[in-house]
Amino acid sequence: MSPDVMIYNVLCLAVPFSVAILIAALGENFNQRAGVFNLGCDGIMCMGAYVGFMLPYALKSAALAPYGNVLGLVGAMAVGAAFGLLFALVTVTFRASQGIAGIGLQMLGWGLSGTLFRHFVGGVTGVEGIQVWPIPYLSKIPFLGGVLFNHNPLAYVAFLLVPASWFLLYKTPWGLKVRAVGTHPRAADTMGIHVDRTRYQALALGGAMAGLAGAYLSLCQAKMFSDDLVAGRGFIAVALVYFGRWSPLGILGGAMLFSIAQSFQLSMQVWGIKFPYEFAVMLPYVLVIIVLALARKARQLGPTDLGKPYNREMRF
Amino acid sequence: MTSLEPISELKLEGITKRFPGVLACDGITLDVRRGEVLALVGENGAGKTTLMNIIMGLYRPDSGTISVNGEVVQFRAPGDAYARGIGMVHQHFMLVPNMTVAENLAMGLKDLHHFMRLDIKGAAKKIREVSERYELPVNPDAYIWQLSVGEQQRVELVKTLCLGARLLILDEPTSALTPQETDDLIERLQRMASELAIIFISHKLNEVKALSDRVSILRHGAVVFNGHTANHEPSELAALMTGHEVTLPRNEGSGGQGTPLLSVRQLRVRGDRGNLALDGLDLELRAGEVLGVAGVSGNGQREFADALAGLRPVESGEILFQGRNLANNTPRQIIDSGMGYVPEDRQTEGIVPSFSVKDNLILKDFASKQFSRLSYLSRKEIDRNAEQLKERFDIRCPSTSTATGSLSGGNIQKVILAREIARGPKALVAVYPTRGIDMGAQEFIHSQLLERRREGIGIILISEELEEVMNLSDRIAVIYKGRILKVLPAVEATRERLGILMAGLTDTDPPPAAGAPSIPAAGAAHE
Repeated sequence: MSPDVMIYNVLCLAVPFSVAILIAALGENFNQRAGVFNLGCDGIMCMGAYVGFMLPYALKSAALAPYGNVLGLVGAMAVGAAFGLLFALVTVTFRASQGIAGIGLQMLGWGLSGTLFRHFVGGVTGVEGIQVWPIPYLSKIPFLGGVLFNHNPLAYVAFLLVPASWFLLYKTPWGLKVRAVGTHPRAADTMGIHVDRTRYQALALGGAMAGLAGAYLSLCQAKMFSDDLVAGRGFIAVALVYFGRWSPLGILGGAMLFSIAQSFQLSMQVWGIKFPYEFAVMLPYVLVIIVLALARKARQLGPTDLGKPYNREMRF
Repeated sequence: MTSLEPISELKLEGITKRFPGVLACDGITLDVRRGEVLALVGENGAGKTTLMNIIMGLYRPDSGTISVNGEVVQFRAPGDAYARGIGMVHQHFMLVPNMTVAENLAMGLKDLHHFMRLDIKGAAKKIREVSERYELPVNPDAYIWQLSVGEQQRVELVKTLCLGARLLILDEPTSALTPQETDDLIERLQRMASELAIIFISHKLNEVKALSDRVSILRHGAVVFNGHTANHEPSELAALMTGHEVTLPRNEGSGGQGTPLLSVRQLRVRGDRGNLALDGLDLELRAGEVLGVAGVSGNGQREFADALAGLRPVESGEILFQGRNLANNTPRQIIDSGMGYVPEDRQTEGIVPSFSVKDNLILKDFASKQFSRLSYLSRKEIDRNAEQLKERFDIRCPSTSTATGSLSGGNIQKVILAREIARGPKALVAVYPTRGIDMGAQEFIHSQLLERRREGIGIILISEELEEVMNLSDRIAVIYKGRILKVLPAVEATRERLGILMAGLTDTDPPPAAGAPSIPAAGAAHE
């Protein structure tokens, strides 16, 4: 196999790998920009994956069957948003420690999705899911066409979400509020911004995006559901937000780096290169740790009040 | 923003606010009208800031009424106060550092918020208008974190005016400013006062004298005095504020003849940004003297103090303390060599805020034989030590088990001073020891320092309060751009002469009488 074909294969595979972590990380970015880090992202993805699979599966023979996939995506986002709001209730209103609450949410989502699946479905069952949708003409471009324009519709959505979330954060009133409440909530409060309300909104949006990311895994990638489908991608998404220094473009870069590493290790196995499999699987994760450790500290750009509940009447 | 008639009078009647265990405001009645500056004076913890937060709708009063132009109002959030033309510049700036000036303003201007579009140009335009009208130069596109403290102060003023405030509440606006910036601010406020109403909170009485028309004094949450500023001397106000006569102690001796204790030679230290913050600093401290280090902040004071305490690496040079070079020693080695340290940032460097008073008092000696047996802390001894120091240093706290961070600044400083002095140091480095501290505590800390001097301890006093440096020092060293520009005996130092030196000009000749940079003198700055 010539090197350019190898590169082509690695890149073609990397794009689908990046979709779920990219969407989830862009959602997590809204959470963190508003000052709340949601470690429960992984659990929400599990719920999204379950609901995204379950709706089309249950509607298989009903009249709504043609809309099954769309309903699956919408349902996953709705459930994700609901979990985001639950997290907001716990951490914003009741001011619980975000780290512990996030771990709790992760376990809740993971356990609940698995339990519901075993109760209602059980065993390995597939759905038709959402198929790859090559973009007419563009997908015919040599090399680039295959890498960029021959994917699942949700992959295109994920990449469009990068400029969209940048615009939302930096060019709209809502984005301004989100950035303010995550960095200096008291200042935002004195300017008439509702800190708690804004954090609720950001957590709902982040949850919906995590739900969508989960549904991508079940409905577009695996076309089935299992307990270990999400496999810690929610935590990777959280790490990507730090990696990307809370910027959508940085997050995209991190997601691509991670997926290319993942796709590379998979390709190595396909090519039959002798390399311990376990070590190769570990590689992308090690990469994230190394990059996070070496990352330049840019405190003045990040949400400096990340992780701190806001209490107006608390005295300094 | 205001559709109602502009604010011409604000009246508070019987405002009371309780926090758990504290009566922060006790039936306060006040009023302020357009065209006048009301100074609100009181020691730390007298309830000034709480009262202002009530006016702004950040706290709800337990009882009492607020009325604007004779009409009773209830503010639920700062937005409501702004709608009636009341705005506040908080002591800790309410600016989001990772946003631009225009973005910070746009948060509060709801008519710039369109669906999916923020009219940031509109905010910038408004800033330019206001900054021209009131002569407060501000760049709307600058990020807050890029601005100096003085510039941020200006941004706060412009922001508050842009939001439609015509009654300004300024909460200790000069506490973080350099003397020059303070002068500048007072001058600007004087110009603005004619068309606005201003409530000026401070405990620096010379500023109160320079700026205000009327003064109200708060003590333990209640108003104890109302009067016209012009009719009262600062000393009189100080007595009313603290409840007793205050005379800051002075160093009457003529020290500087003791044996050399510490000599710093050609010290080079890098600042946070990699620049050479100290560039060949020479200094000598003798036993039994207070050596004042005066200078505009940012000329290497922080780096000098850090290097002396072992908190910052030394590039080159020597710190000879009783014949031993302490440069690049660890803080532990420096502590053990008999050097005491009162750091600039008392909340984060001086104490562990969540630790109790008694634990903070043994922070440097927890492993000593006195306080630990077989690596277990001996609680009895720690309690005894704390009670004794609490008594001796007049630390006012509910008990020695109270979290130190919840005490007032003055009491936190007393805890630090008690710890450092009780260790029996041979030299003491005190950095801005009374910054932001009320007069009562200031008096106590000053007399403590002078007493230690008499006992033969050498003290380096780093401060930008000229009054403090001149009152306490035997000799004064002026620091400028990382070097000592000149060391002069305190008796030869005047405000003017120090002012010139601090600006970087050497005075080989006797100081000129006129043309010196003005630095506000107590009670003399109102022309």
